[in-house]
Amino acid sequence: MSIRRVAVTGIGVVSPFGDTFGEFWTGIASGISAIRPMTLVKEGTVRFPNAAEAAAFSPLSHFDEKDAGFLDRFAQFAAVAAREAVASSGLNIDGALRERCAVVTGSSAGGQITKDENFHSLYALNGRVSPLTIPLVMDNAGASRISQEFGVRGPVYTVSTACSSSNHSIGQAFWMVRNGVVDAAIAGGSEAPFAPGFLKAWEAMRVVSSDTCRPFSLGRRGLILGEGAAMLVLEPLESARARGAQVWGEIAGFGMSSDAHHLTQPLAEGAALAMRNALSDAGVAPEAVGYVNAHGTGTQANDATEAQAIRAVFGAHAGRVLVSSTKSMHGHALGAAGALEAAATLAALRGGLIPPTANFVEPDPDCDLDVVPNHSRPAEIEYALSNSFAFGGLNAVLVFRRA
Amino acid sequence: MSEDLIARVAAVIAKTQKIPPESVTIDKTFAELKIDSLDGINILFALESEFDVDIPDEAAREIKTVREMVEGIEKLVAVKNP
Repeated sequence: MSIRRVAVTGIGVVSPFGDTFGEFWTGIASGISAIRPMTLVKEGTVRFPNAAEAAAFSPLSHFDEKDAGFLDRFAQFAAVAAREAVASSGLNIDGALRERCAVVTGSSAGGQITKDENFHSLYALNGRVSPLTIPLVMDNAGASRISQEFGVRGPVYTVSTACSSSNHSIGQAFWMVRNGVVDAAIAGGSEAPFAPGFLKAWEAMRVVSSDTCRPFSLGRRGLILGEGAAMLVLEPLESARARGAQVWGEIAGFGMSSDAHHLTQPLAEGAALAMRNALSDAGVAPEAVGYVNAHGTGTQANDATEAQAIRAVFGAHAGRVLVSSTKSMHGHALGAAGALEAAATLAALRGGLIPPTANFVEPDPDCDLDVVPNHSRPAEIEYALSNSFAFGGLNAVLVFRRA
Repeated sequence: MSEDLIARVAAVIAKTQKIPPESVTIDKTFAELKIDSLDGINILFALESEFDVDIPDEAAREIKTVREMVEGIEKLVAVKNP
């Protein structure tokens, strides 16, 4: 088994900023929040009025009408992001590579909209449920679709670990490429949570903000739900260079941990362990890290706990690390969050520009870090972490390296 | 605060927490009753059903004792049935 360096050669994004990676990066680099009044469900359905919806996404711009009907919104997002990622990588997935390529996707909620519509029909309308419900709702529908579109016949699967899903999926794909299990991978995540039943469940949890998402700031009131997808194309660095591919950056390490503590309350020790495991996997000292794309949900519990964990891992260096939560702009896309933030982190390293924590009002003594408030900041950085922490206490952290 | 209201709130807390109703007395804190954040939102949800009210997030965040919970419900019920 050979250990190889792993390059990211393609990135595709569907987000509240539009259906391309370019629009996503331009949006978050400008520090403009895409959080807006919710339109995908009837006004007054839930107490919280705002969300980060992929409002510009039009299924029929990407799929013919019959085909669109065979894919829940979350799987449509996955396919559209994968198309952009593969196209931008210039990789031809053909011949023997088809069997040596993987697809690993993350999704927390799968086909919530399809599930909601069909159960509404069952309980409130005509007592019937569509035969397409099962294959549209399954969490792996996005991965399966990507596999079919590109003829990928190697390992194809989906990881569902709530808000860590796509960091876990990218990490798994990274390890498979690094260890020579496959020679390429499409990895990321997608989520489409704007279904009335699912939103009511979030409302009942009382973690969604009544205004906007203000990570690490005094006056923060919780998270703002988002949606979208991001997919990365991963290849061994050597073969990417050999074929003259554009390299966005490297994935240098991956670490996981579990809090073994509580269904919803996070534990700093668990988050810190995942960061340490990721740094150790990368063989990188904490002092080499210049940026952390934080989980930074904007909830009271997450942000204070994450700041404590970052302090524990980086010690005196914590004061010099830039930490920002791009969720303040693209919302919390749950199982797609890690993938969107991987795209943000790679673009930040390559562009030498750290996206800010938007909507920031006032420092919180419990989150005593440089959170790059409100304005992006030029910085030449070699290594960055991207954190994802899930309900259920499951933590996954990726280490990225500038190309 | 009517005895009836206190008893109804206490009964909802006891049922949600799976603890004896007599253990839920007016001066107990949520910490003493081992009510954590997830238990808390579960209790709020059950109280909304019991009293047919909507408990706003901001108000809910401040509640740390049985007495504060009863007082909060009392206000919401008063607004609903003036």
